[in-house]
Amino acid sequence: MLTYYFDLALRSLKRNRALTALMVLAIALGIGASMTTLTVLHVLSGDPLPGRSGSIYYPQLDPLDMKDYTPGIEPPEQLTWTDGMYLLHSKRATRQALMTGGMVPLQPTQSSIDPFQAVALYTSTDFFPMFGVPFQYGTGWSEAEDNGKARVVVITSALNDKLFGGKNSVGQILRLQESAFRIVGVLGDWHPNPHFYEWYMGRYASDEDVYLPLTTSRDLLMEHDGSTDCWGNGGGDPDHLETNNCTWLQFWVQLDSPASAAAYRDFLMHYSQDQRTAGRFMRPPNIRLRTMMQWLDYIKVVPSDTVLQTWLALGFLAVCLINTVGLMLAKFMRRSGELSVRRALGASQRAVFGQLLMESGVIGIAGGLSGWMLALLGLWLVRQQPANYAKLAHMDVTMLLMTFALAVSASLLAGLLPAWRACRITPALQLKGN
Amino acid sequence: MDVLPIVASLRKHRIPTLLIVLEIALACAVLCNAVFMISRRVGDIYLPNAIDEQGITTIKLQGTDPKLAASDIPRNIAALRTIAGVQEAAVTSSVPLSHNNWGWSFGLTPDTSLSDQHRTNVTLYFLGEGAEKALGLQLREGRFFNAAEYADSTIGTAALPSTHVVIVTETVAKQFWPGQSALGKTFYSKPDYFTVIGVVADVLRPFVATENEEKSYYSTYYPVAPDPALRNYILRSAPADRDRILKEAVQKLQELNPAAVVTGATYDSTRRKYFANTNSMVWTLVLVCLVMLAVTAFGIVGLTSFWVGQRRRQIGIRRAVGATRGDILRYFRTENFLLSTVGVIIGMGLAFAINLYLMQHYEISRMPWYYLPGGAAALWLLGQLAVLGPAMRAAAVPPVVATQAA
Repeated sequence: MLTYYFDLALRSLKRNRALTALMVLAIALGIGASMTTLTVLHVLSGDPLPGRSGSIYYPQLDPLDMKDYTPGIEPPEQLTWTDGMYLLHSKRATRQALMTGGMVPLQPTQSSIDPFQAVALYTSTDFFPMFGVPFQYGTGWSEAEDNGKARVVVITSALNDKLFGGKNSVGQILRLQESAFRIVGVLGDWHPNPHFYEWYMGRYASDEDVYLPLTTSRDLLMEHDGSTDCWGNGGGDPDHLETNNCTWLQFWVQLDSPASAAAYRDFLMHYSQDQRTAGRFMRPPNIRLRTMMQWLDYIKVVPSDTVLQTWLALGFLAVCLINTVGLMLAKFMRRSGELSVRRALGASQRAVFGQLLMESGVIGIAGGLSGWMLALLGLWLVRQQPANYAKLAHMDVTMLLMTFALAVSASLLAGLLPAWRACRITPALQLKGN
Repeated sequence: MDVLPIVASLRKHRIPTLLIVLEIALACAVLCNAVFMISRRVGDIYLPNAIDEQGITTIKLQGTDPKLAASDIPRNIAALRTIAGVQEAAVTSSVPLSHNNWGWSFGLTPDTSLSDQHRTNVTLYFLGEGAEKALGLQLREGRFFNAAEYADSTIGTAALPSTHVVIVTETVAKQFWPGQSALGKTFYSKPDYFTVIGVVADVLRPFVATENEEKSYYSTYYPVAPDPALRNYILRSAPADRDRILKEAVQKLQELNPAAVVTGATYDSTRRKYFANTNSMVWTLVLVCLVMLAVTAFGIVGLTSFWVGQRRRQIGIRRAVGATRGDILRYFRTENFLLSTVGVIIGMGLAFAINLYLMQHYEISRMPWYYLPGGAAALWLLGQLAVLGPAMRAAAVPPVVATQAA
């Protein structure tokens, strides 16, 4: 029966090619535009550490003075050196790491490569195990090396390819800002997106080149980039960031159960209270402990242009769908003579309805297929864009399935109303008219 | 033209009528908002910037020994001046639209501290001697810095330079001292203070403040003796020489500073790079608008054609009893005008609501009122154009149809 309906649908669609093409094109354009933007949105709002992100938290404290204070105000995004180091050394979480980004001049020993600015992350030992960072060669550095301000460095595989032709470079010397560093590890394939742990240097596709101990970077007064927010009479003097009233460090912890998260929250409360009693903090305890995904949501990691484009595309899809409903309705109603004859000859309302719905379903599938191809073209266009997230725009299986679900359900929905209207024709009335 | 018969006929086709109205309303709402976004972004791309944008080449030097800055910088500048075609060479801390911002907040009273309210955050550009000429700053009032002011000012590890003179843009002068001359006036950030000796035409900051054009021009200039903070070498030349000068200058600076990281670009390309994203967003929006209008137009053509087909007999009868072709044509055009009118009225309301929603959730400002009638007019026009084809076909229906069986 379905093949018969399908055959009927094809015959009917062939009878009016221009109209059919118009309906398919409208659906295809709507689906293509929405799927392109939805895929970009899906990629950009993805989970950077699937399976792990649920137990990663971002603690915040509020060391500011009473200026501009209102209850419920959000604490600063980053920590001061004093607070960050205290939380790091307290070790109240399973793992914890303190970090900030920067640019370091890298002077290759190979004369064939000019010196260049390497993107660096200054952090502490737990960074690698906490985020499950894979290593191609070697490992991270130890806590003793953190405390000893050791000249050790972990490099990415891309940098290893560039400088050492991809060979095991552990133990080799790397010159950074005129100092010799010993390479202890080479990272494997690791590109978390969004770049959640350090978002000031770039939120997407912004892999570092080198990782080295935060303590070492301060010892050598390496350039700290990103954001430094000061208050009171604190200046942003980059050489004395340890003692200034400035927040400039990001701190992440791993807490494996809700109970340990609650305990950590208490710990932050007590610390804030103690600091206030001691006169260092002015404000009442004002802390946050967001999970990684809550944090990404809070800092609005997805560019607002992307969200706006998605809204625009969905509006466009709505216009296309209404358009298709109108055209389909026009087409079905035009055949009311034919339909009433068939009803009079004994076709049930259900059968007519099914046949008409099949017709709209065929248009939906054709529109979906073309829409999918348009979306692939759209994503290719997005990848040619200059934005840093552009090259991440690829369609995955989820989005592929969603495209078809969207296409078929959209056009069935678009066919439902016209088919229902058309199958309710009273045969007698129409026949009399003829 | 009598409207009532048209309304009566539309009431018989409630669903298609509703659909056309809805489609026009949605298209109008999306169009108004998209065009508004486009115009804001195009405005950003063409923001004026009173430096010699076409003649400047910048070269950034990083990773040099900070202790040697005092001797390195004059040596580097001297070397750059020997390149053929270089008219001026100097150093600055940053250039407009480079993303590299050093900001500070100042107030108008001597006891203004950093955390006071009523302070204004401005960009600090530190200039080495001669940088005003290399950049091509345009003096509007007062004077540029003299040699002594350049020589006496240092930064060291402080956040602000030790000088007490400043040159501001016209927008800064207007923001701090509206309606007065800024010359000789002082702004403060305890314990520092700076007195205005010159006002220059508006120059952009290292970033553009979206949705607040004024703030994009909060730039201030300070003289500084050779200092590690002065990393950008500014070369001025004829536009035709820029590419060659860029190549030679990068090579020369790399030879003089083997351990340094040298990166160069013409200012023109720096500006283009800054707005590249904006540019591509504009084209996406334009494309979506055009396609949406095309789809709407085809929808109107399709539905009207259907109505014309359905009413062939009635049209024939009307023609037979004396209606002219013009009457039939006018009938369909009036019908479309009525539908469009209802559509755009709803659409304008919807556009306004969408704008309010976007204002709450994203960095979007209020849409000026004239976008609404503008979008409405566009859809009216589109409707009239789209209906023309089917209406002409209707007008061509011969009166004899009335006598034929359907």
